[in-house]
Amino acid sequence: MSTETLLAVDDLHVFYGASHVLHGVSLEAGTEPVAIVGRNGMGKTTLCKAVMGLVPARSGSIQVRGRAVTGLRPYQIARTGLGYVPQGRRVFPSLSVEEHLLLTARTRGRWTIERIYEIFPRLAERRSNGGGALSGGEQQMLAIARALLLNPSLLIMDEPTEGLAPVVVNQVTEILKAIRSEGVGLVLVEQNFAVATAVAERLLVMMNGTVALETTASALSRDEDLQRRYLGVSSHAH
Amino acid sequence: METLLDINWRLFAVVTLNGLTLASLYFIVASGFTLIFGLMRIINMAHGSIYLLGGYIGYEVGAATGNWLVALLVAGAVMALAGAALQIAIFGWMQGQDLRQALASIGISIVAADQMLAYWGGSTYQVDLPSYFSSFVSIPLAGGYSAARLLLIGLAVIVGVGLWVVLNRTRIGMLIRAGVDDRDMLEALGKNVPVIFVGVFAIGAGLAGMAGVVGGSVLSLSPGEDARYLLSSLIVVIVGGMGSIPGAAVGALLVAMAETYGLAYTPTYGVVYTFAIMVAVLAFRPQGLMGRAV
Repeated sequence: MSTETLLAVDDLHVFYGASHVLHGVSLEAGTEPVAIVGRNGMGKTTLCKAVMGLVPARSGSIQVRGRAVTGLRPYQIARTGLGYVPQGRRVFPSLSVEEHLLLTARTRGRWTIERIYEIFPRLAERRSNGGGALSGGEQQMLAIARALLLNPSLLIMDEPTEGLAPVVVNQVTEILKAIRSEGVGLVLVEQNFAVATAVAERLLVMMNGTVALETTASALSRDEDLQRRYLGVSSHAH
Repeated sequence: METLLDINWRLFAVVTLNGLTLASLYFIVASGFTLIFGLMRIINMAHGSIYLLGGYIGYEVGAATGNWLVALLVAGAVMALAGAALQIAIFGWMQGQDLRQALASIGISIVAADQMLAYWGGSTYQVDLPSYFSSFVSIPLAGGYSAARLLLIGLAVIVGVGLWVVLNRTRIGMLIRAGVDDRDMLEALGKNVPVIFVGVFAIGAGLAGMAGVVGGSVLSLSPGEDARYLLSSLIVVIVGGMGSIPGAAVGALLVAMAETYGLAYTPTYGVVYTFAIMVAVLAFRPQGLMGRAV
């Protein structure tokens, strides 16, 4: 395995009770960003949760930087160098913005609270506000900032633009591009095709609990037939 | 000259103080219960057993050393260790299985109740307070009032302020609040949530153990008190909202006041008011007065 491989998932099967959600997912991610696209209910969020150990894997393996993490507790997996930005943002309503950052700013590295406040001036303005008092966009920035302060080698982001106003979607997209150039690996699960292709050239399309297609942003952008088949959208709609 | 009105006011003042002191005890017991409930979603039905066992241990230590403060601290420490052991040895293995944890804790409470009955018997115990607390303090309207019962109010304030400081001004408190909000997310950020759970269980059980010593000093210890304080804690937490310390304070005040006023003024219906409050809260604000909707 090359040293570039940060995350390697092999033949991963996940069940919720009797329902078989992931049917043998395999993928690799390195420092080059990867976007995972696909329609609702195709297993994208479950894949993120399984990687983080938040849902158990029935079979298959997950490796972070060559180390098997299947069966470890979520905190052990996170400490191998994964930063998780979950679907729905999941900021802590009882913690202020500043406390969110203090919570994870325990590691040495390029990301510090001062730097976060430079990049996200909005968070600096709202540092004493509670997590529940923030707008959707601010919550998203906080969720990203909180994960960055772990100084992860790989960020796993689940639908970071979901439910945000178009202008905020653009801001988040710019932030993702900036993170990309920092050398942090990025696995971006995204329903918004435009955001996914703007951030990552390498695209994985999930369908029915498996990676149905590996392609590139430029190839998928050109092929409307593929878009309709796998995403149920075409870029003409935008 | 004492008029009828004066006498009524005096009764009212004494009943109010009785309510406040009972509320203080309920708060100390329920604060640990609500912490455990809020963070781990464990309905620890053995919480009353920890209260009673803490009281008995305090009695033994007090009798052996003659020092009330030592009795309080030893009972709190032993119960904190017992709580940590329960979480590590039993509840930690059933993580996320709320019903199984509740049933296991009921089992523990039944075994504990019989073991305590076998060891300490059915008689009533009282932990000896330092002599200066056996005096009476003069209070306006109420006249003389037991210093021991006033001590309860002071202890409840100390516990309340202490918990507030720990939860809001320390890193541990920050972790606990984040865990109450979303423990899975906290763990996905690399925080060792199982260890936090053990710590919180120890704090909650330690508080219950100390409450047992305090309750055993001001009131008394006997078989059945475990179920009584478990029930009061349950109602306090349901009324106040799970996981909320201010909620536990408000809940304890409401429940204890209703109980005390009810018994003093309408003895026949005394018990009904507590449940009326619970029914009203569940009907109009099911997450509890200070609780967040789940």
